Amino acid sequence: MADIAVEAHNLTVSYHHKPVLWDVDFQLPQGSLIGIVGPNGSGKTTLLKSIMGLVQPDSGYVEIFGKPLEQVRARVSYVPQRESVDWDFPISVREVVEMGRYRPGRLLRRLDSTDKAIVRQSIARVGLEAFADQQIAQLSGGQQQRVFIARALAQQADLYLMDEPFAGVDATSERAILQLLAEMKVAGKTVVMVHHDLQTVQEYFDWVLLLNTRLVACGPVSSAFTEDNLRQAYGGQLTILSKVAHLVEEHDFPVRDRSKKQRT
Amino acid sequence: MNTFLSDPNAQAVVAGVMLLGASAGLTGTFTLVRKRALLGDAIAHAMLPGVCLAFLLTGQKNPAWLLLGALVSGWLSLLSMDFIARHSKLKPDTAIAIVLSTFFGLGIVLLTYIQHSGYGDQAGLDKFLFGKAASLTIQDVLVFGWVAAFIVGVVLVFFRAFRMLAFDFDFAAAAGMPVRLLEFVLATITVLVVATGIQAVGVVLMAALLITPAAAARFWTDRLWSMAGLSALLGSTAGLFGVGISALAPAMPTGPWVVVWLSVAAAVSALAAPRRGILARSALRRRNARKMERENVLKAFYQLQEANPLQLTAFSKEDIQERGYFRYSILRKTLARLRRLGLVEVVSQLRWQLTDKGLGESRRVVRLHRLWELYLSHKLGMADDHIHDSAEAIEHLLTPDMEKRLLEELCYPARDPHQSEIPYDDPLRSQNTAL
Repeated sequence: MADIAVEAHNLTVSYHHKPVLWDVDFQLPQGSLIGIVGPNGSGKTTLLKSIMGLVQPDSGYVEIFGKPLEQVRARVSYVPQRESVDWDFPISVREVVEMGRYRPGRLLRRLDSTDKAIVRQSIARVGLEAFADQQIAQLSGGQQQRVFIARALAQQADLYLMDEPFAGVDATSERAILQLLAEMKVAGKTVVMVHHDLQTVQEYFDWVLLLNTRLVACGPVSSAFTEDNLRQAYGGQLTILSKVAHLVEEHDFPVRDRSKKQRT
Repeated sequence: MNTFLSDPNAQAVVAGVMLLGASAGLTGTFTLVRKRALLGDAIAHAMLPGVCLAFLLTGQKNPAWLLLGALVSGWLSLLSMDFIARHSKLKPDTAIAIVLSTFFGLGIVLLTYIQHSGYGDQAGLDKFLFGKAASLTIQDVLVFGWVAAFIVGVVLVFFRAFRMLAFDFDFAAAAGMPVRLLEFVLATITVLVVATGIQAVGVVLMAALLITPAAAARFWTDRLWSMAGLSALLGSTAGLFGVGISALAPAMPTGPWVVVWLSVAAAVSALAAPRRGILARSALRRRNARKMERENVLKAFYQLQEANPLQLTAFSKEDIQERGYFRYSILRKTLARLRRLGLVEVVSQLRWQLTDKGLGESRRVVRLHRLWELYLSHKLGMADDHIHDSAEAIEHLLTPDMEKRLLEELCYPARDPHQSEIPYDDPLRSQNTAL
């Protein structure tokens, strides 16, 4: 396998004491387009958020490029779900994309001409030059998605974690995003993407991660995206697991025995 | 007013309330865009027990101690709300309601206790409920000035970081921003502005000073910078207005007038702001209605011409009315408008006909109607008896650009699903495709 972009080991995450990811282990190769696929509520968004350090796992860890996130944060870019923000917010396309250039160490510094040029290029790459100074509410859903992607491009990362960038997107935006993904792949970038549409998995991705609370399969699309694996991911024969999850929630029971020392 | 402004104490009051209004407007902008509008109200109410405890502990009305008490209890209320929202299944608005009423209830208990236990210096503590803007001292104003300068400084320095936090918390956290620190700073200036503000306008009205300027400013602009600036400006003019009113009519309270001014500003904004305002939107709706009336009458002309075997082109109002089911008053006005636009003319006393320009317009409306019907029927597979009503509305909306795309997609069709001819300006066009 090529160099590893993301490695998760023994990852278990719960929300309000309800486990949403159980003992997930995987390695994702660098330079690929990787789809995370699974039914609703199967933990896809949670997986992205725990890679990004936005939710705390109960156990396990994630490494990016072989290092903890803190050491490589500048090389990772996150594209949240479009619905997660208020698009009526008083802000222009350019101002959103500029956020991709803010860095922790220079929070208070103004953007310099290099930053501004990168912002301009990023907007141009998603084809929104004509909208740069418009308020984001005036854009269509697909254009809003492209604003998010432009912001990620402005971060100039090596690994991109995208949460359903194709959701609610028009044909023009879909083509534009696909074109960008192809360019990013050529440039050696790794893109990990939560994806909903099973029809397009084979067409869009090199690698697929099938998820349903636990890991069903992870590998090249040709070998992992099989009917059998899909049936496992979507088949719902997880009744016992979901019942145990419900018990854990009901009794406020720890998912890990904290009385024992943990090995990470 | 001149004599009033020459009094140094009055000058102090004006300056103080204006500074306070500006810093509240600035801070409130972020409270509003983070959708925490109720927070200011909760913090303000939650400060009462802190003020009372500070008085009980020190036994004096030293403004510094009272401010400290307010700050501490405001902060505690924030932490409690956060704790409840995080560790229970209660929603944030429930947490706000619980904390507001609990803290305020405790505050009133303490206040009543103080009033009935003969503390010599307690008079005026209840001013915290409704404020004492008119009797601000130079010392108070100095405090306001420092707080305002501090808040303006913090907002200027952290503006972009605050905006990022407010717009997309997860992205900011993922990019490694110190989101907890930023939240803490934002919460601190909110508590600070509320703690100073309640001395001027009181616990009950403070929320208005925090939120209303920002809410009014939002109507006028689509950028956070200008929204914050406008909000600060509104807050300070409200201060000026409130102090002015109570100077001119001493029976009038300052704080409540500040709030009244802000409410009027918000109401005027909601009404008169361009694009977002109620008036602008209703004007747009009226323009749309006029356009539909005009185009419907033009269409009626076309249909009358199309239907009559004698090739008549001039019709009476009654013919037109019958054809298009118009209300008589609307038809009369619309005909007059069309005549002014040079689209129709009167040929004899009672007969109206289309001008050449009017004929072109009417053809266009009918064409759009029939194209849209064809599109719905052929491309979307809708039943032929369902498409007419949709076309009645959409025909008025389609732009020339959309028309062109429809024509291309449908390959310049000759007839609509009901077998009516689709009229073109260039007669060759339809003949070509009709063959």
